[in-house]
Amino acid sequence: MNKIAIIIKREYLTRVRKRSFVIMTILGPLLMAALMIGPVFIAKMSDSVYQVGVVDDSDFFFERLKNTNNVEFSQLNLDIEAAIELHKKGNYDAILHIPKFAFEAPSGLRMFSEKSVNLNAKLNIENQLKLDFESLKLAKEGIDEDVLQKIKTSINIMTVRLTKDGLEKTDYPELRMVLGIFSGILIYFFIFLFGSQVMRGVMEEKTNRIVEVIISSVKPFQLMMGKIIGVALVGLTQFLIWIFLTLIIVTAVQTAFPEQFKYTPVEQVYISADDAYNPEVLKERTEIVMQYNSPAGQIMDALSSINLPVMIGSFIFFFLAGYLLYASLFAAIGAAVDNEADTQQFMLPITVPLIFAIVMAQMVANNPSGPVAVWLSMIPFTSPIIMMLRIPFGVPMAQVYLSMALLVLGFVGTTWLASKIYRTGILMYGKKVSYKEIWKWIKFKG
Amino acid sequence: MEYIFKAENITKNYTGHKALDNVSISVPKQSVYGLLGPNGAGKTTLIRIINQIIGPDEGKLFFDGEKLKPEHVHFIGYLPEERGLYKKMKIGEQALYLAQLKNVNKHDAKKKLKVWFEKFDLLPWWDKKVEELSKGMAQKMQFIITILHQPKLLIFDEPFSGFDPINVNLLKEEILNLRNNGATIIFSTHNMSSVEEICDDITLINKSRIILEGNVKEIRKSHSLGIYCVELEDVKKPLESMLGSQYNVSLEGKSENLYKYRIRKPDGDPSNNLLKSIMEAGRVISFQEVLPSMNDIFIKNVTGKYPDEVNNKNNYQNNQI
Repeated sequence: MNKIAIIIKREYLTRVRKRSFVIMTILGPLLMAALMIGPVFIAKMSDSVYQVGVVDDSDFFFERLKNTNNVEFSQLNLDIEAAIELHKKGNYDAILHIPKFAFEAPSGLRMFSEKSVNLNAKLNIENQLKLDFESLKLAKEGIDEDVLQKIKTSINIMTVRLTKDGLEKTDYPELRMVLGIFSGILIYFFIFLFGSQVMRGVMEEKTNRIVEVIISSVKPFQLMMGKIIGVALVGLTQFLIWIFLTLIIVTAVQTAFPEQFKYTPVEQVYISADDAYNPEVLKERTEIVMQYNSPAGQIMDALSSINLPVMIGSFIFFFLAGYLLYASLFAAIGAAVDNEADTQQFMLPITVPLIFAIVMAQMVANNPSGPVAVWLSMIPFTSPIIMMLRIPFGVPMAQVYLSMALLVLGFVGTTWLASKIYRTGILMYGKKVSYKEIWKWIKFKG
Repeated sequence: MEYIFKAENITKNYTGHKALDNVSISVPKQSVYGLLGPNGAGKTTLIRIINQIIGPDEGKLFFDGEKLKPEHVHFIGYLPEERGLYKKMKIGEQALYLAQLKNVNKHDAKKKLKVWFEKFDLLPWWDKKVEELSKGMAQKMQFIITILHQPKLLIFDEPFSGFDPINVNLLKEEILNLRNNGATIIFSTHNMSSVEEICDDITLINKSRIILEGNVKEIRKSHSLGIYCVELEDVKKPLESMLGSQYNVSLEGKSENLYKYRIRKPDGDPSNNLLKSIMEAGRVISFQEVLPSMNDIFIKNVTGKYPDEVNNKNNYQNNQI
């Protein structure tokens, strides 16, 4: 068997068998699934209804207060003191008092509660009463309520994305942004996580002094590449298991709670393009869409509007190539130093471009085709993160290929540089290494 | 004579200093070759060059008659002075891994390892992690890994450090066994008594240059100081008074009727003359030349003079470690 293959096998197996790997691999998708499904359930769970007892001395407002999902009103034919007594016995969450003179002075409204008042309920009541007062005042000024209803307009722009094969699809720019930033951060996280695993591995071999035995059998470059590729395969394994488990969990939850994920795709509701420009039909269709679709269902539809195979494929490429670019540098640092504390000064030049890419993420997401985004997605040190951020928004293939080619070139370059530092560094002990020293190693021939 | 390894005019520069300066060595087949020298003399650099861990700046290297090339690492076994293992890895698995890196296939490696582990009492530890092993056991394991692929050339850098005397003997036996079975051993150490015991030839490096080389016996002979140890019975006349004018004589010990003398003769005086004179003094039980130890020769060649005790004291063969 080829020696690099033997080294890769060892690096891979020792890591995959570790307990921490197994735990992370199982916990990862559970956390992800919880992140996706959790909010839906939390929203469902927190809707205990807030009971408000209303003492309406004006005899006008109570019938206009509408019960909502979260707030329920009941009229109390008592005076306010008696109502408060009732509340103290624990009958209502709060007592709302609307005095007789409320027409003239809306500031006389009061809400009593032993506990602090539910802020949502308070806002809800304020909004309802505000509308009532407004229509009351408008009526006083002689404006008919029917006219008012006609004036009311609701605008909801539905973004439709034109795909190459002429289909119209509902677009979700917010989701593209979230997905882009999420993948960018994931790549950042992966590069650091697995890069520092390489660094620690190299340092372990150096401080253990096993390295001299090994490089009397294999070339230092083989040892370095074996380690880097072995760890890359660990990362890939973890990522693929995560995707697989996440899909299983999400599917399981979808089958278990179909109501939460009910969704009718917009394309199926629209009958023809002509209809789409008919306001009557549009209104009707939109209502159907609103009625049938739960928020979770919409997220699922949004996800399906993104080309997931391309996303995952390019994620794997940019993760691997980005990791390879940085991993050899991490290996060089591990070889140059004697202990973990000394790594700090050399980590800086590696972390700066990565952190810069993350800082620029928001700006790139706002304008994914702008010059800053394009340039940062071409420079090999930032491209893994920035290009991944742009891909959900759609990037011209030429740019993707160019970025990939540059990244591979960058990876070859850093590996060449790192191998020079590595092969000198691993045999250097007890010497505090400086940048000047490392520069000498790089220039050193043979 | 056939040589397993030859280095011709090797020079190696590090930034700032010369580690090796025009060094040439020839290691005869099936011998134990000592590579000696004080700390920092350039031994480790030479060993790393032989192992192709680093390359020389100038000079030629030959292995078994061929120009040294990367494939030759499979015929070389190297036990470095600073040696380690993966602490968290099981020892059986680790030995297999390192054997595979020397091109031994897994199946053969396993078979051979079992035999060697048995021999060194390590078999019950096969599935234990290295961190659970004692230092001695770890060293035994490293020794096994070094020799497992049956290399033609073995390089041991301070192999005995950290071993107890019983295991030192076990190891010495194995090293001589390996030589008798056809392997050649390059042996680097500061332990001069073991050099006298097991080395056939040596090279002494100091300050990046070779200052002494050759067969151990011949080197010791050529360093003769003309010192003899004599045992006499029935002494008629004290040797001191009889030979005192011509030789440097001292009484070393006396038990019952047996007198032990240490005599230093002047250069150029044949030893037979001395023996004749002694024969007149009493019955000669033994008459033996005392050659300087490798330890003394080492110090003489590196510092320029023998340690003080060589001229004053008797205990030449002090096998100090």
